[in-house]
Amino acid sequence: MTNHWIDIKNSDCILIMGSNAAENHPISFKYVIEAQQKGATLISVDPRFTRTSSKADMYSPLRSGTDIAFLGGMIKYIIDNQLYHQEYVANYTNATFIVGKKFKFKDGLFSGFDAKNRKYDKSQWAFDMDKNGVPKMDRSLKNSRSVLQLLKKHFNRYNTKLVSQITGTPEKDLKKIYKTYAETGKVGKAGTIMYAMGWTQHTVGTQNIRTMAIIQLLLGNMGMAGGGVNALRGESNVQGSTDHCLLWHIWPGYLKTPRSSNTSLAAYNKKWTPASKDPLSANWWQNYPKYSVSMLKSFFGDNADASNDFGYSWLPKVDDGKAYSWLDLFDVMYNGEIKGFFAWGQNPACSGANANKNRQAMAKLDWMVNTNLFENETGAFWKGPGVDPTKVKTEVFFLPACVSVEKDGSITNSGRWMQWRYQGPKPLGNSLPDGQIIMNLGNKIKELYAAQPGAFKEPIANLKWDYLSNGEYNAHMVAKEINGYFLKDVTVRGKDFKAGTLVPSFAFLLADGSTSSGNWLYCNSYTEKGNMAARRGQKDAPNNIGLYPEFSWCWPVNRRIIYNRASVDPKGQPWDNANWVIRWTGKKWEGDVPDGGWPPLLSADGKPNPKSKHAFIMRKHGHAQIFGPGRADGPFPEHYEPLECPVERNYMSKQRMNPTAPVYGGTADDWATCDPRYPYVATTYRVVEHWQTGVMTRYQPYLLEMQPQMFVEMSKELARLKDIRNGERVMVSSLRGKVEATALVTARFKPFKLGKLTVHQVGLPWHFGWIKPLSGMEESANLLTPNTGDANTRIPETKAFMVNVTKA
Amino acid sequence: MSMSFLVDTTLCTACRGCQVACKQWHDLPAEETTNRGSYQNPADLSFDTYKLVRMKEEVIDGQMRWLFFPDQCRHCLEPPCQDTAGDESAIFTDASSGAVIYTANTKGFDAAEITESCPYNIPRKGPDGTLAKCDMCLDRVQNGLQPACVKTCPTGAMNFGTREAMLSLGNRHLAEAKKKFPKAQLLDPGDVRVIFLTGFDPNYYHENAIASGGSFDVTRQVALRRMLRPLTGLISQLL
Repeated sequence: MTNHWIDIKNSDCILIMGSNAAENHPISFKYVIEAQQKGATLISVDPRFTRTSSKADMYSPLRSGTDIAFLGGMIKYIIDNQLYHQEYVANYTNATFIVGKKFKFKDGLFSGFDAKNRKYDKSQWAFDMDKNGVPKMDRSLKNSRSVLQLLKKHFNRYNTKLVSQITGTPEKDLKKIYKTYAETGKVGKAGTIMYAMGWTQHTVGTQNIRTMAIIQLLLGNMGMAGGGVNALRGESNVQGSTDHCLLWHIWPGYLKTPRSSNTSLAAYNKKWTPASKDPLSANWWQNYPKYSVSMLKSFFGDNADASNDFGYSWLPKVDDGKAYSWLDLFDVMYNGEIKGFFAWGQNPACSGANANKNRQAMAKLDWMVNTNLFENETGAFWKGPGVDPTKVKTEVFFLPACVSVEKDGSITNSGRWMQWRYQGPKPLGNSLPDGQIIMNLGNKIKELYAAQPGAFKEPIANLKWDYLSNGEYNAHMVAKEINGYFLKDVTVRGKDFKAGTLVPSFAFLLADGSTSSGNWLYCNSYTEKGNMAARRGQKDAPNNIGLYPEFSWCWPVNRRIIYNRASVDPKGQPWDNANWVIRWTGKKWEGDVPDGGWPPLLSADGKPNPKSKHAFIMRKHGHAQIFGPGRADGPFPEHYEPLECPVERNYMSKQRMNPTAPVYGGTADDWATCDPRYPYVATTYRVVEHWQTGVMTRYQPYLLEMQPQMFVEMSKELARLKDIRNGERVMVSSLRGKVEATALVTARFKPFKLGKLTVHQVGLPWHFGWIKPLSGMEESANLLTPNTGDANTRIPETKAFMVNVTKA
Repeated sequence: MSMSFLVDTTLCTACRGCQVACKQWHDLPAEETTNRGSYQNPADLSFDTYKLVRMKEEVIDGQMRWLFFPDQCRHCLEPPCQDTAGDESAIFTDASSGAVIYTANTKGFDAAEITESCPYNIPRKGPDGTLAKCDMCLDRVQNGLQPACVKTCPTGAMNFGTREAMLSLGNRHLAEAKKKFPKAQLLDPGDVRVIFLTGFDPNYYHENAIASGGSFDVTRQVALRRMLRPLTGLISQLL
């Protein structure tokens, strides 16, 4: 979330699309309802009428996988009716930038497409630069090559008639929702978006969110209280694990995983440190080397110094142009190229797209270590349905982990709040905290390398691994390491610091090896003042908008609403005086921690202030990106159909699906679009009663009582067509698998009218698996889902695919 | 002190935290259920289920509505069940809160008669004939805590406090609800301690949302029992 949970109460209009917050983030509704009671409008857009929809002031359906068409229509509406926040757009976004002549868009493809390799030459999307190397801009927004004019042209095709034909949303609903949401473009109004996996898990997932980000920028909603782009994270610590590099393509704090072509630390830092020639651009990432070196010092301690590139060569590199995402890992595992697998706190036999392939892939392993609270379908894959245990060679080890309340540590919630948790009861039986398990494992591996040195022992031998006190894992020691230490007596920014003290914030990190920080983004979380995440102060900030700056800690540097420099006009005065986030007193900023302490762009007398910086400090050029030339699939979003869809062609262009989305070609990767055998659109989701693959909830009798069985929701019309009665067991099948489920026939699902075509959609939860309930008849919806994914992130497309439904 | 609930169904998201919290606090067993083609489960209140979020799908004035009704005992000001039982060792009203409490002594009664006397069809019979229902979490309330269902509610749908406070809160919520739902109403506020607020005609939510027959008319049987009560009390003392 750019904002945070409590801040939802400050919104004037809440769009819940691509998520079902009432069911999957039930506590969020405390703030949604508070906003409604203050007059906010709640809009719910979902293929199915949900518990979220039940509380909405407006509801409208859309076919799964058509969000860009829906939102693209809104962009057109906003521009055609000039409802955008002119001053905000002109000053804070790259709508003013002039795009080079090479950029073109034709027949659904942007210029620079390489069909053979399914990728774009992004250099064709570059901005025109002036003689100083700064992007050319037209603050009047009239230049025909300005981003705003190109945006207008791009989305001009997205008229409500065509959008409705794609999405199945009635035209009158489109117009009503566009009008209502666009009203937040008025100065002083703020609209927010609450989205989750309903937007990300598509071949166009990143661009779904880009489309909304463009809307939020046009309407001046970024940085505002009650605004922002808010990703509702699906687990209590997904935000934290992402910040700390759960994913393959990043190091902690969103540093880049080095490529094999980054042959030295200097080459790596040069490659990933952006340079701006604009004196008004803070270009915060220019500090990149301070963060990468401090991280290496944190990893390797005294063993890392300038003479050995701070141990840079000891860390693994990824091959240029190669992906190592979830889908790719299971693909190579399926092909027998992986020997061992740690399944740590996860259940890919049920949670991963095309779960049959994942289950088969596990049988190709020599060994698997399953670390979890309970045995799950992953650790037990060798005795699962249709598997002969005598034919499986994989040796499986189970390491019992204790539950969250049995250990110390922090979690970082969706709103970026790092919150410390104390240990309650001691771990049960022989279960251990994850930290203890990984420490023991690391120590054992270090012992083995010391006893019988193998090839390339340096990464293991040199690893700083000292987070035990009295033999026990100490979460505080890790938290301090993540924050970082001064390693020598140094003077930084005019202040003296002693070796061994904690670094007060990332502004004091250095690139010469005299500081450490496991994750620069968390530098400021555990300082000489104490454990900031453990704070529980109840006092609000002076603006009284629910920031509660003394409760827990929030990255970066306790800034509760990021991009907040855009919540004020160029003189530093709030667009919204009632719910102001920061404001310039003439001498300093007050309110939230500002996005950089520089003075406003204009002085009180209206003169440009050369000491100022542009509002979006994390962008190279200081402006938010309406035009995003870094994305794999285009600088503007474009509607493409999912890998599997119910229409013969994309009504928007000749290009049916995202041309850069990964498609796998093995025998286990079957897919088919517009196949009469699989005529119905399907989507997957969660219910409030269960969590993820259900490993923690299927064992809870009270939760199983409420949601005891796998079900498939369908319209009354489809049930009539297939002669299916409500409550009877049916079979749902795709090219990749089949799942038995109880038919839940409901008026909350309606067939979609796509022009003259009628399309039915069904939906299934993915909480079940054969281990529990004991009948073994309740299975995962991911046996059906396809293993394709987003062109940028490669998150699987489990939210839109094609199935058949028949009587069981 | 006379206590009451306000249950504002216009704010309920059917997260069913209340349903689980109730079972957890009372240590009630989960029921073996199946999906019957509905999210609502169990199907009905039972000896082991005192709180149940009822779910109804209705199209009202051309608009899809999913109506949630977190059903429970209303703790009537003049409980017909208590009158029907006529034995305060089995069913009595706790003076400190107004909670209508069932004891193990309900075992000897004609369960059907007690349940039928309830205008909201709440009490349920156990295997041995004992009756059970919501007890207002009397143990919590007497220790200054909110009932478990109220404590767990994230949206402000479930509220608890003095009767005076809840009546006043009810009127405020009603005025607010009427802005969106012109037919919003408080259900039987003068007769019960668990006051529901619905956005639409209560019959859409549940057949027993309001008192059956629409009033608290005393049945002939209950009237007779009331007349006889001093006498039965006297007899029991003699015995």
